[in-house]
Amino acid sequence: MSEISDFENDPDLEPIEPAILPLDAWHRDKGARMVEFAGYPMPIQYEGILAEHLWTRESAGLFDVSHMGQLYIAPAEGAEIDVEAALEAALPIDLATLKTGSVRYSLLLDEEGGILDDLMVTRWNSGFYLVVNGATKWDDIGTLREYLPDEVNINHLDESALLALQGPKAVDALARHAKGETPLTELKFMKGAAYTLGGVDAWISRSGYTGEDGFEIAIPGEEAAKVADLLCGEPEVKPIGLGARDSLRLEAGLPLYGHDMSPEQGAVEAGLIFGVNKRRRAEGGFPGAARVQKDLAEGTQRLRIGLALEGRMAAREGAKVMSGDSEVGVVTSGGFAPTLQHPIAMAYVDTALAANGTALQIEMRGKRLDARVVAMPFVPNRYVR
Amino acid sequence: MSVYYSEDHEWIEVEGDLGTVGITDYAQGQLGDITFVDLPEEGATVAKGDSIAVVDSVKAASDVYTPVSGEIAETNDALADEPELVNSDPEVGGWLFRVKLADASELEELMDEAAYKKFVAGL
Repeated sequence: MSEISDFENDPDLEPIEPAILPLDAWHRDKGARMVEFAGYPMPIQYEGILAEHLWTRESAGLFDVSHMGQLYIAPAEGAEIDVEAALEAALPIDLATLKTGSVRYSLLLDEEGGILDDLMVTRWNSGFYLVVNGATKWDDIGTLREYLPDEVNINHLDESALLALQGPKAVDALARHAKGETPLTELKFMKGAAYTLGGVDAWISRSGYTGEDGFEIAIPGEEAAKVADLLCGEPEVKPIGLGARDSLRLEAGLPLYGHDMSPEQGAVEAGLIFGVNKRRRAEGGFPGAARVQKDLAEGTQRLRIGLALEGRMAAREGAKVMSGDSEVGVVTSGGFAPTLQHPIAMAYVDTALAANGTALQIEMRGKRLDARVVAMPFVPNRYVR
Repeated sequence: MSVYYSEDHEWIEVEGDLGTVGITDYAQGQLGDITFVDLPEEGATVAKGDSIAVVDSVKAASDVYTPVSGEIAETNDALADEPELVNSDPEVGGWLFRVKLADASELEELMDEAAYKKFVAGL
């Protein structure tokens, strides 16, 4: 037998399967139009983005976000290491004030303070549960591996599916099935706990990416279709695609990685300084701390702001923001806001022009669209605190 | 009166030297919910293949190319208040603009309904 053919029998080499998420067939069965996103076929829409958007705002929408990276950061077996201190050296988060089961937003910064990703950190009993963006998860694992000592394990929970149930009626639908020590209705925004859903073990947190009350639900991948069916069996719930997820998060003023933030921007410029907790701003001791402290002290040339547009023509990513004849910024996300019935956008503009109420224009296809700087969220949050 | 179709999913219904242009049912289905239509100026001179209108959906903006050369005679004012007509009635009430044909022979390069259906089935 030649060495080359040994590959076929090598027990350590697994065949490369096309990346398919646990609910792939489930989405197709529900009539979803699938597109590639973060390396996976994902549902962009079922019945239509507008209807799905409005349904989520008035009832409850079920989103499959299993493309996102779920990581469990814990000490390696037998290692005597303070995983909390190790993670604080990697992220600008204050873990001392993060209680077990609590969830907090943070940022993964490069050494120069550029944003590599945004993420959610939850304290579990013996480690930390991180949810990172799908498109960046492999890079994030590499970066965290670099930032964390060898005695800290990064467990990629890649057999876990992640669902989000969002909307004012999400709590009603989910409470009928969630069994746990803490009644679901008593779980507050940015808190999580263990439950069972139709007998399936689930980690549920009251959080999301739509600005609505809602939950994020981590379950074993092989049980995902069962849980999705269970939830979509409730009259309040319909499956919602990535299209509406994008328009909902835009209305909620929530930035999308790779569009509204990138390694080009720091936390201050991106308006995400809340992801750098107060104690850490003063103390530093995390990658990019010098940039954060400098930007806080001196300000930045540009800032991420929200724009409300006149008329109905939407501004799109890449459109120039103008003040008179001067180019003063660039649109990073934009679209028609179904809840508001007018177009909105996020943009980076010169700090001098970032104040609410400032009149600006956006150049789209040779036209000038009138816009005004407005506070975000564009649509008020309805978190249950 | 005849209807022709382009590979960019526009239809044109021709009566005499006047053509009415819109996007096909297939196209509106692909674009999804339409929120705004940017129409050309009446009186503008356009050349076949020019991007002269834009259909905005919740998802994205898409160019509309004129399938013939000529002069814009009229645009569909109803779309200002009801852009969703392009979704609900793309091949009648959701028409976009009327063009006075400069060269009727350009129509020969377009497809008839049977050919367009075959074209779409192959996508």
